[in-house]
Amino acid sequence: MKFINYLESMTGVGIYPLTSLIIFFVFFIGVMVFVIKGKKEYFDMLSQLPLTVKQKDQHTLNTKGYDEAAH
Amino acid sequence: MELQKFQYDNKTVKWFAYATMFWGIVGMLAGLLAALQLCIPALNMELPYTTFGRVRPIHTNAVIFAFVGNGIFMGVYYSLQRLLKARMFSDFLSKVHFFGWQLIIVLAAISLALGKTTGKEYAELEWPIDILITIVWVVFGWNMFGTIIRRRERHLYVAIWFYIATFVTIAMLHIVNSIEIPVSFWKSYSWYAGVQDALVQWWYGHNAVAFFLTTPYLGLMYYFLPKAANRPVYSYRLSIIHFWSLIFIYIWAGPHHLLYTSVPDWAQSLGVVFSIMLIAPSWGGMINGLLTLRGAWDKVREDVVLKFLVVAVTAYGMATFEGPMLSLKSVSAIAHYTDWIVAHVHVGALGWNGFMTFGILYWLIPKLFRVDLYSKKLANMHFWIGTLGIVLYAVPMYWSGIMQSLMWKEFTPEGQLKWQFMDTVTKMIPFYATRAIGGTLYLTGALFMVYNLIKTIKIGSFLANENAEAPALEKVYSTHGKEHWHRWIERKPVQMMIVSLVVVAIGGIIEFVPTFLVKSNIPTIASVKPYTPLELHGRDIYVREGCYTCHSQMIRPFRSETARYGEYSKAGEFVYDHPFQWGSKRTGPDLARLGGKYPDSWHYNHMLDPTSMSPGSIMPSYPWLFDDQIDVSSTVAKIKAMKRLGVPYPENYENIAAADMEKQAKLIAANLNKDGISILPDREVVALIAYLQRLGTDIKNETKKDTLK
Repeated sequence: MKFINYLESMTGVGIYPLTSLIIFFVFFIGVMVFVIKGKKEYFDMLSQLPLTVKQKDQHTLNTKGYDEAAH
Repeated sequence: MELQKFQYDNKTVKWFAYATMFWGIVGMLAGLLAALQLCIPALNMELPYTTFGRVRPIHTNAVIFAFVGNGIFMGVYYSLQRLLKARMFSDFLSKVHFFGWQLIIVLAAISLALGKTTGKEYAELEWPIDILITIVWVVFGWNMFGTIIRRRERHLYVAIWFYIATFVTIAMLHIVNSIEIPVSFWKSYSWYAGVQDALVQWWYGHNAVAFFLTTPYLGLMYYFLPKAANRPVYSYRLSIIHFWSLIFIYIWAGPHHLLYTSVPDWAQSLGVVFSIMLIAPSWGGMINGLLTLRGAWDKVREDVVLKFLVVAVTAYGMATFEGPMLSLKSVSAIAHYTDWIVAHVHVGALGWNGFMTFGILYWLIPKLFRVDLYSKKLANMHFWIGTLGIVLYAVPMYWSGIMQSLMWKEFTPEGQLKWQFMDTVTKMIPFYATRAIGGTLYLTGALFMVYNLIKTIKIGSFLANENAEAPALEKVYSTHGKEHWHRWIERKPVQMMIVSLVVVAIGGIIEFVPTFLVKSNIPTIASVKPYTPLELHGRDIYVREGCYTCHSQMIRPFRSETARYGEYSKAGEFVYDHPFQWGSKRTGPDLARLGGKYPDSWHYNHMLDPTSMSPGSIMPSYPWLFDDQIDVSSTVAKIKAMKRLGVPYPENYENIAAADMEKQAKLIAANLNKDGISILPDREVVALIAYLQRLGTDIKNETKKDTLK
């Protein structure tokens, strides 16, 4: 269970941070492209998600709350 | 399109709401006790269960995992159902989740009070509880993903993304950091040692802040802030960028807790760079939250819920600006080990998490009980008294932190350290007292809230199952050619989780792999030897009593530290430290080179009554160490466990360890006897003295050239 030191020194491990930088950069650009190219209506629809409550739902919610657990 | 009728489960939400209120008060009380113990040491009560070293972990665990944890689940169970237009997947799983989590909290409180601890900050719970946490966490994830799969809303709102990232990342952090070898049912040793343990621990510790205290609460912000203000979030585009860049960058920042320590320099630099970058997504999120209220600021004056939420988001902004600043090496050099850090985390905990939870509770409880809040006036009083409490807490801690750090570093014109450590401690007492007043105000505000909400609950009528209806989610089929492209959308939540996991795993892997595999990162030192069995027992007592909550074991390479404590700490000195005990706060002095500094009798008297050796000391006394016997029955298991972890004890050493131990204990007892102290060699204090006298002695009197191989 001991950690073995497989590599003698740091030479060449520069590939790790370099890879991660590239991954992050590509990913980030991808997200940016998605966000910029996306349609405004689409994002507006998404941002309405927490707020959309149909009139009917609201009515039911306010008037006919069915309480199973209370009694 | 047929409308399906279903019901939202409010009962689980209510339970979690009650739990967050209850544990919030408990956690704050524990914090207040710890704060008062620092200015009135008698409050340690000379009992093992109530000493600062055990109360402090109870406070941190209670606030993080009990108060905020239940707050997360309250908000998630409420918002998830509504965002997905579906009842929670399984009422049974909801129950198991709720009661399982409360069981964990109770076990945690009891075991920490009894001194059962791994000695790793915010991950102190021992292995059986670790396993229980894993199970309950999986139940939570199962319930959440079940709900997502059965949803009636195709699109996953950004809040749910944050919940998914929270689930997957906490699972990864918890499992990786909790790998330990059990010695007995309530004792284990960390799999990692020294530098590696430190790196894993602060990767965990920092990201527990990120993925337990931040991402789930950002999810709650994205749901409850638009709800309370009745307007959509300022920019949904920004929220997408916020999410991905935050989770990607956060995971890298852990090493900023270890600046100027023995962690390899490249890892420190990596931590700094990503910490600075973290300002961008954090402030993106804060701005998104605050701008949601554009054109509606008049509402903030009226609505107490919005008041709490606005201060919460502002506190988030302050803490996430301060965090990157503290990650600069030059700032860390001043702030690390001081009360500045305590102030920083409390701006986050009291401001961001606390006020967000209070705001949500004030919004949610009247909704669940279909009634107006009992008293708006009282809620407003809570807001002001709470805000004042935060200010009175944070300002003295900033002041004292910077002051103490400057005193530690001050030299006389002759080149001598100007202040004894004790001088810097006694100067802190008034600040500790003011901080306790701030905390008391904050707690008082929270009690107002509990009273107000109980009154609200009494006059309201609870709606356990809330009727709702929504059209079923239609399967999307591609009309032209390409088969099954829709499947990608159907499986999106699972893919979401996998992508999140990949994103958060990268940072950890890149930081760990070289440290674990590259030899030159942890130079071995020939003179560093494993602990003797007696020292090992002593070390376990040190961990049990939570000494690391006030004492560091890591001398940074500054003149002010080497002049006070001795040669700076080297990575190779900690290779047998399972777990590492570098600490993060110097309420007392650093102990890395304590060995041989004082005679055994000094330690004996100091543990019995600290003020007898160091007048003005605020350290608790530990009278039980003089009565309790060393647990010799565990020696064999301990040595065996250490051997399995790769500590090079000679073959079959576990069989002669007991004899070795007795020999060393008798020597110490004889030594104490010379100074007129009579103690049986089988008492715990003897083992502790053996450990303290060993600290940092391995490389004493050796030049750097000889020691580095």
